[in-house]
Amino acid sequence: MFQIRIHGRGGQGVVTATEMLSVAAFEEGRHAQAFPSFGSERTGAPVVAFCRIDDKEIRLREQIMEPDALIIQDPTLLHQIDVFAGLKSDGYVLLNTSHTFEALGLGDVLKGRKAERFCTLPATELGLKHVGRPIPNVPLIAGFAALSDIIKLESVIKAINAKFSGKVAQGNIAAATEAYNLVKEKMKGSVHA
Amino acid sequence: MLKQTEGSKAVAEAVALCRPEVICAYPISPQTHIVEALGEMVKSGELTPCEFINVESEFAAMSVAIGASAAGARSYTATASQGLLFMVEAVYNAAGLGLPIVMTVANRAIGAPINIWNDHSDSLSQRDSGWMQLFAETNQEAVDLHIQAFRLAEELSMPIMVCMDGFILTHAFERVDIPSQEQVDAYLPKFEPRQVLDPAEPVSIGAMVGPEAFMEVRYLAHAKQMQALELIPQLADEFKQQFGRDSGGLIRTYRIDGAETVIIAMGSVLGTIKDVVDEMRDAGHKIGVLGIISFRPFPLDQVREALLKSKRFLVLEKSLAVGMGGIVATNVRMAVTGCGLRGFTAVAGLGGRPIPKSSLHKLFREAEKESLHPLTFVDLDWDAVHKQLERERHTRRSGPIAENILHDKGVVSAKFG
Repeated sequence: MFQIRIHGRGGQGVVTATEMLSVAAFEEGRHAQAFPSFGSERTGAPVVAFCRIDDKEIRLREQIMEPDALIIQDPTLLHQIDVFAGLKSDGYVLLNTSHTFEALGLGDVLKGRKAERFCTLPATELGLKHVGRPIPNVPLIAGFAALSDIIKLESVIKAINAKFSGKVAQGNIAAATEAYNLVKEKMKGSVHA
Repeated sequence: MLKQTEGSKAVAEAVALCRPEVICAYPISPQTHIVEALGEMVKSGELTPCEFINVESEFAAMSVAIGASAAGARSYTATASQGLLFMVEAVYNAAGLGLPIVMTVANRAIGAPINIWNDHSDSLSQRDSGWMQLFAETNQEAVDLHIQAFRLAEELSMPIMVCMDGFILTHAFERVDIPSQEQVDAYLPKFEPRQVLDPAEPVSIGAMVGPEAFMEVRYLAHAKQMQALELIPQLADEFKQQFGRDSGGLIRTYRIDGAETVIIAMGSVLGTIKDVVDEMRDAGHKIGVLGIISFRPFPLDQVREALLKSKRFLVLEKSLAVGMGGIVATNVRMAVTGCGLRGFTAVAGLGGRPIPKSSLHKLFREAEKESLHPLTFVDLDWDAVHKQLERERHTRRSGPIAENILHDKGVVSAKFG
């Protein structure tokens, strides 16, 4: 079983991101379960949502305490909560920022971990560029697909088409495709470096 | 058709397939996406003929369901938590009048303190109301139980609550097989009411009944639920033939052969329990699971039969009878009276407290060793409890308990997990 935890703020599409991830996994014939950290959601307040992917039925209902992957939609959360809590030693991290981990003072978190499992992505900028709104969720799940190869870009595109239509769907697909290619390109560098 | 969808959305689709004629709901928290989705389906014409009545309160929601059902319409509503409590007088009336209303309860805690999260306090508070109560383990089962519920309610002319864990199931996206309209039509015949307000053949429904007849009317409500004990398994069998899935029934056992310890629970926590039991079985523990699907009627015989070969049982329940202990546990103990089994009650998950596997591993091992207190509170913060008790011993004006506990714990809204 592969477990993903997404951190963000109310209004950034955190819950939608896990739902779309689960739809993408479902499109590949796999079992998936997505659920939010329940509470009264407010715009701007920290939000956590979860997604499990497996090849068999998922019965477990506990929250994800030891994720295989973290997607962080808002870097300002790093000062507020311990988003890295429980992350597996070989876990993936995708952070929405136009800076580097080092520039954000996250060098310590990276120590002893595999560099090819960490990536940053300017997802808010990609959302603005392609959809006209600063919503980073879709570029991030496409970036996660590129980073982990747990799901395919084409499945993310199917999930986008299931959720949106018309121009919004087209914009999101463009954002997802650029995010996917950007992460693939960055990781090529990271592996060789 | 197999879909990846939200629990509430899946249940809305299932309810629509049952061709309800009147849906009444009060669309404010605590409410679910179920009635929102149904409202959209009625407005778009996808669900027709059906009248969606936006009522002014939960009390009105049940009152309108009563009126609609008495007029011969297949009637549905959904509620949770304080919403259910607000409609209680009408809830008892629906059962007392014998009207086959189907209501989804997205189980949530009851305040105070205000809490919007999951536990089973709401529907269990209505255990003696005369409504049947079926508990879903997964969103697939929630879908399937609604289809069975209309059939069951209408055959007996009694109302039924389909209970599904609020948030944990209602807000979870998972794989659900939504049946076709043809399949549901073949399973669920047109509603033929036993009593109906019909101008052509006038009757009154809701007579005042004095001491001369009240007990007989009450007994008949009990007799109907005893009939339901026979009917629920039959409907589940027929459902399996038609839809090819095991869903519903009175109870469901898991790895119970040779089990010396049996864990008993209702609802979605059974999934986590099964994962723990698999791990313990692999490590050589003789442990199994008994899921209770039908809480009302309570299947005393089936529960006793399932437990007879074991040595002890642990009821893990998301409810608390304050001043007494477990609610489900009390029913289970009644079922095994005189059987010589050791019984334990574990209250867990109140107000949405997470129930992690790690806590269950510890709890189940203690149950095996019979080292548990007969009434255990899982993951209770005893330090916080003792601190408050100490405060009350020393200070007359010790202040509001909820605020004190929050203050002691230094809780911030950003906390998760």
